[in-house]
Amino acid sequence: MSFIANHKKLERNLGWLFVFSLVAVLIGGIVEIVPLFYLKNTIEKVEGMRPYTPLELAGRNVYIREGCYVCHSQMIRPFRDEVERYGHYSLAAESMYDHPFQWGSKRTGPDLARVGGRYSDDWHVQHMIDPQSVVPDSIMPGYSFLANAELDPADIGAHLKANRMVGVPYTDEMIENAEVDMIAQADPDADTGDLEERYDKVNIRYFDGDATRLTEMDAIVAYMQMLGTLVDFEAFNADDPDNQR
Amino acid sequence: MADKADKNVDAFTGIETTGHNWDGITELNSPLPRWWLWTFYATIIFSIGYMIYYPAVPLIESATRGVSGITNRQIVAEELAAVRAAKAPIVDKIVASDFETIAADDELFRFAVAGGNSLFKVHCSQCHGSGAQGSPGYPNLNDDVWIWGGDMDAIYTTIAHGIRDEADDDTRWSEMPNFGTDELLTGEEIASVTQFVLQLSGRDHDAVQATAGAVIFEENCASCHGDAGEGSAEDGAPNLADALWHYGDSEEIIRAQIAQPRHGVMPAWGERLGEANVKQLTVYVHSLGGGE
Repeated sequence: MSFIANHKKLERNLGWLFVFSLVAVLIGGIVEIVPLFYLKNTIEKVEGMRPYTPLELAGRNVYIREGCYVCHSQMIRPFRDEVERYGHYSLAAESMYDHPFQWGSKRTGPDLARVGGRYSDDWHVQHMIDPQSVVPDSIMPGYSFLANAELDPADIGAHLKANRMVGVPYTDEMIENAEVDMIAQADPDADTGDLEERYDKVNIRYFDGDATRLTEMDAIVAYMQMLGTLVDFEAFNADDPDNQR
Repeated sequence: MADKADKNVDAFTGIETTGHNWDGITELNSPLPRWWLWTFYATIIFSIGYMIYYPAVPLIESATRGVSGITNRQIVAEELAAVRAAKAPIVDKIVASDFETIAADDELFRFAVAGGNSLFKVHCSQCHGSGAQGSPGYPNLNDDVWIWGGDMDAIYTTIAHGIRDEADDDTRWSEMPNFGTDELLTGEEIASVTQFVLQLSGRDHDAVQATAGAVIFEENCASCHGDAGEGSAEDGAPNLADALWHYGDSEEIIRAQIAQPRHGVMPAWGERLGEANVKQLTVYVHSLGGGE
């Protein structure tokens, strides 16, 4: 009883009250969060995941800069309605190279986790410039300026490097060639052999339809077109207990 | 525990006080309602059962799976399997039947049109419009003009393999040369052939230029679009003699399309949606009015 009676000391001393409240909250946080960092089955073992190409990463940066995540999630939850509409539910492995991740549960626009390959490049460009021209009921604002914003490839190597520091397995070769790879991905006439060697399943096209220059439109469309397309679901056994959540 | 006598008891109510005293005002130490307390204890006991039944406790390498073995992913897999099983008798018949059989069987046909309709709203309406009315660059599917053919088999191939989709080996592909930007024709020649194309579809045109354009058309365009501009579903060459236009009917758009043609891309849906769904979509699109 005397131990319990000690709470009086805490309640009458603001400093101790603060310290012990913090300890209580920390214990809760540690128990709930920390295991996710070390448990071996948090991230499924899948085939096909690779880091973003420099152009896709630039597109992702535009996506984050423009706040696309405010209306669009990238997380298909394991519910029947979502799976039937968007495709296979998202795996943890699919966002393991995302810093920061783009999950979310508030959707003003549709989920984009598997938007890759659903529409043509032309559609994406037209939709970014004037969303209502293809989807009349859409309330998405236009992003026509992306088509005129030239992309400077000079600093993309630094972005790769920063991602490597937080755990994305970019190789030295990838970082050295970031600038070249970025230009090559939006130019099918260039020699892109090395780019394809470094990154599996890479789309190489004039994404914005403009062969003369590299724009943020190229980057965002390249990013859209690869979302959710990497994992080989034929090699993924959803019934394996290790893949159950 | 101290003796009862040591406790501060409020003389008026007979209830113990907390012992706190502020300027002579004390606080009753009323016990928690019993029902509340027992509910609280019950939730603690419930949580122990919950931790055993469901996945809960993180261990060194993994977490406890719980004796139930229930997971969200398993639930969704079971739900999807149940829906599939419920639809199987009719969906299996759709997969196994050719389009003639489906069209002749009232039950299969109605199922396919209804299923195709809802699939269309989810997957196709973003480009072709929710009423399949299309827009410049995205064909109207209600009319009887078909770039790649409008019978069931042609529609099926288009949906399953897409148009100019690099990811599909069996995709449909046609590519008109850049007559302007690759300098195959001069600006003047393109202007003439534009007038001829306007003439083909019976629109206002410059007769002198169109006469010159006819020769150019025969040499450069007729091999795909046909001598009379009637087009060819086999080559994916649009009919130029009708009143319907893929990208627009103005003289400028026609000229631009000759100089540097735009080529639409339609994704392949075969792998994404599966055979049964593609077949239902085919029947639906065919039923919209223009099916051949």
